[in-house]
Amino acid sequence: MKAVTAKIGLDGHYRGIKFVSRVLRDYGAEVVFLGFHKSASAVAQVAVDEDADLIALSFLSPDYMSHVKDLHEALKAMGGHDIVLILGGLVDPDDHEQLRTLGVDRVFGLETKASDLIDYLDSRTDRPETASTKET
Amino acid sequence: MPILAGLVGDLPFDWKAVTSGDRRALARAFTALESADLDVLSAIADRVFEHSVDVPTVGMTGPPGVGKSTLVGAVTTELRRRGATVGVLAVDPSSPRGGGALLGDRIRMANHAEDPGVYIRSFADRRVGGGLAPAVPLGAELLAVAGYDVVLIETVGVGQAELEVARTASTVVLVLAPNSGDGVQADKAGIMEVADIFVVNKADVGGAGQLERAIEHSMSSVPTEGASAWTPPVVRTVAVRGEGSAQLVDHVLEHRRALKGSGALVARRTEQARRWIEALVLEAALAEQRSKLEGELRESVREAAVEVATRKVSPYRAARRLHD
Repeated sequence: MKAVTAKIGLDGHYRGIKFVSRVLRDYGAEVVFLGFHKSASAVAQVAVDEDADLIALSFLSPDYMSHVKDLHEALKAMGGHDIVLILGGLVDPDDHEQLRTLGVDRVFGLETKASDLIDYLDSRTDRPETASTKET
Repeated sequence: MPILAGLVGDLPFDWKAVTSGDRRALARAFTALESADLDVLSAIADRVFEHSVDVPTVGMTGPPGVGKSTLVGAVTTELRRRGATVGVLAVDPSSPRGGGALLGDRIRMANHAEDPGVYIRSFADRRVGGGLAPAVPLGAELLAVAGYDVVLIETVGVGQAELEVARTASTVVLVLAPNSGDGVQADKAGIMEVADIFVVNKADVGGAGQLERAIEHSMSSVPTEGASAWTPPVVRTVAVRGEGSAQLVDHVLEHRRALKGSGALVARRTEQARRWIEALVLEAALAEQRSKLEGELRESVREAAVEVATRKVSPYRAARRLHD
């Protein structure tokens, strides 16, 4: 599995995204870690170029909806609409439904444990495998 | 859809789209390269070599933390300024546990993510050793066919036995930084001998002059085979500010001219091809033996292990017996 992890926008709290990147790595994924202060279009382009199976974003600022919208549009335009998108951090439960319409497969809250993420990844094994996960 | 798959020549992506500059198709092609499926690799290689283009492939290698990624970013900026398109293959190590990897090289190349003239792909080395990932040699050829004018290859941070890039690149750049280990470390690795160009990065930090002298001293004691037309230059850079990247690109182009002029490029490509073929033959033999060990030999190995453990026979004799 290939994943892209990033923070979009000006929010610089990056403990969460680092944690998620490590959990993904230990799950056997090859994780392209982009760091923070990225634009939605840059994340989309990287995910397409890397032929990623998964994009994981973390938000601790309230402006996530517009960023997710931009990302969704950019992915569609680049032919990356099949890439699974997950979100973590401080997200209003009232927004979950709208996020779902923007292609977000799952939202993880602040209390998420590594095992929650692993259970989710296990449930998504319909995703195409990469050689790294096949070999082990 | 096996019938359709047959029509496109058994490739899990659109080859035409790759050669006409479609990034999505190119990305899919790289995933196929990473699949390690020999039939797929062979089918891709057939097409790649049919359309083969010889472009400069520049390997950037050096110890961890000397600024290789940042320098690749700076060199990319310089090449773009000169109008060339750039393909980048950046390799990071796979994690020793779990087989996953954290690939962080792109953080230092962020400016180029949305440039249509730059394609960057991150690889985990999948613990094959040598500082490269298995898909890189064919990946470099693929980028050339996809229309990129220059290919940059960034190796994992090298320790003392990582020379694989010399078997792929037409120019090898060894990046060092002050206080990142003295010349003896590089001498041990034998990387001094494969470098075509030396870079002293972080040249604004104290100790750059000392490192430069150490490199020159080390080079003067490297035995040269015959009358080599090329003396590796030492270039000072401050990659975070882009300083020295123009000189570095000049040296890369000059090195290529020198290689071509002396006929050494053909010789180098031939030597690299020889090693590539040998590696593939060895790989096939290894796969064959491995499948035997997991199949028909499995029981015999188990029995032999009991004999070895009880000191009835040595492991060497047991292995030879299984092999015969």
